[in-house]
Amino acid sequence: MMAWVFGSLLFWAAAWALNVRLSRLSAPWVRFFVPALFGMTVIIVWEGMVRGFGVNPVLLPAPSAIAATFVGEIPTLWGDLVQTFFKGALSGYVIGCTAGVLTAIAVDRSPFLQRGLLPVGNFVAALPIVGMAPILVMWFGFGWQSKAAVVVVMVFFPMLVNAVEGLRASETMQRDLMHTYAATPGQGLRKLRLPAAMPFIFNGLKICTTLALIGAIVAEFFGSPIKGMGFRISTEVGRLALDMVWAEIVVAAIVGSAFYGAVALAERVITFWHPSQRG
Amino acid sequence: MKSVLAILTVVVALVGFWYAACVPMNIHEAAMQAQRAGEEVTPAEAPERRHMGRISLALKNTGLWSTVFSQERPQLPAPHQVAQEFWKTTWGMIERGRAFSKRSLILHGWITLSATLLGFAFGTALGIVLAVSIVHSRAMDMSVMPWIIASQTVPILAIAPMIVVVLAALSVDDIVAKGVISMYLSFFPVVVGMVKGLRSPDAMQMDQMKTWNATRAETLWKLRLPSSTPYLFASLKVGVAASLIGAVVAELSLSSNGGLGARLLAGSYYGQTVQIWSALFAAAALAAVLVWAIGVAQKVTLKRMGFAQ
Repeated sequence: MMAWVFGSLLFWAAAWALNVRLSRLSAPWVRFFVPALFGMTVIIVWEGMVRGFGVNPVLLPAPSAIAATFVGEIPTLWGDLVQTFFKGALSGYVIGCTAGVLTAIAVDRSPFLQRGLLPVGNFVAALPIVGMAPILVMWFGFGWQSKAAVVVVMVFFPMLVNAVEGLRASETMQRDLMHTYAATPGQGLRKLRLPAAMPFIFNGLKICTTLALIGAIVAEFFGSPIKGMGFRISTEVGRLALDMVWAEIVVAAIVGSAFYGAVALAERVITFWHPSQRG
Repeated sequence: MKSVLAILTVVVALVGFWYAACVPMNIHEAAMQAQRAGEEVTPAEAPERRHMGRISLALKNTGLWSTVFSQERPQLPAPHQVAQEFWKTTWGMIERGRAFSKRSLILHGWITLSATLLGFAFGTALGIVLAVSIVHSRAMDMSVMPWIIASQTVPILAIAPMIVVVLAALSVDDIVAKGVISMYLSFFPVVVGMVKGLRSPDAMQMDQMKTWNATRAETLWKLRLPSSTPYLFASLKVGVAASLIGAVVAELSLSSNGGLGARLLAGSYYGQTVQIWSALFAAAALAAVLVWAIGVAQKVTLKRMGFAQ
């Protein structure tokens, strides 16, 4: 059994030595290979330690056990994903972000309201809003609607703050130019200020991807139908079936990264002109 | 001064909206109680009312509007009800000399705060150490940094119940279990901010250190760490808010020993909406005080260090 421990430690040492050496190179493939090797090392050391020391699977299941559960339980995991992500998080995300941007546009003509909304929005964005979950579950029931409502409340203020700041991002010179073109306020908004706000809006959209998933999962801890990632996590923890919990976490990690990646991709396409996208 | 007025306007508008929302939210319950008391309600029968929308029912029973702000278990408590409950469970408890009784928000706030601060302190320390090693080792930078950035997109809070249960099985103290989650949440913003901060000295300044024949340790102490301070404070603000959220969510799974999260959960089990809202406001107040305290420390420190504000 000790062979597992020593073997994994040996692999760690070898991989680290290789990484130290590789990191001095500047070939493009190194940028992907080094982190990939590091991730693999973590998994191998984890597996080796769990097997070598015979760690109780109730405390920490081995990666191989998690992978086996993941493959074996794909239908359940998919059902949970649809319930939590596509129904709860995504619909809440769309509603909340749209509402945030529309509110920002609505107060756009009033600098007075903007000056009031920015500090309040910033303050609310720092609060533990996820605590609203029990109230919203009480109002909207156990279904996905209450999860979407939690997500709406969570993403609204970060989105509003970013959109308001974005709409102020165009320079005086540019606005003067629109004025000399005799552009109406609507035209100024569409052709100058909304495009100029896009980097800020996408910043908000990216922050909100993580918030949306967290909101939907945590809201399920307060009550849900018998599916959903948060429901599965809290019940399987109660049954001490940690391999299933880890499988859900893997799903959450994949979905979270994919969601973020999709928004980042959209940003690349839409704000192609921005310096940060032209590297 | 002008922005104070603007902020006040927005806050007053929000409170006004809240009061207005109480009418349709609580009208069904109000109608039920009025009917029991023998008053006239339109429509008179409960089954008919059940299928009516909140707003149309509210419009047909304008006489009931005065009762929606003082119900025992409202769907949406009015702001003054929440304020009363908040006052009763904080200052009222102090006045009666029971500041740390089970019903006092001060006790629950303290339980949450201590876990938050413990986790925040360890998370910050760990984050700074990791950032220093990332800046000094190219291998660390290339292998760890992409994972740290990727892990920001993962809903980390989801694993809170599992960490709590595993640590409980190892018979660790509750406060440590909550602290671990707080630490985990505050750690990422600190690493990301500090790596940026430690790299913020420009090439000219680094060259200057080189001409003085400074060692790497001296460069770290005398140039890199001082110039990273503004970045550190910015991430501390994010980190402390995240750490509080971590402690509150951890208390959902560790509710036996109290804490604001436990109050939220208990309130949602027993339909005590006023209690939920006052716990929520306590958490909000705690977050505001923590962020404000770091803001003050930031102002004082940066001023004494000579950063232009």
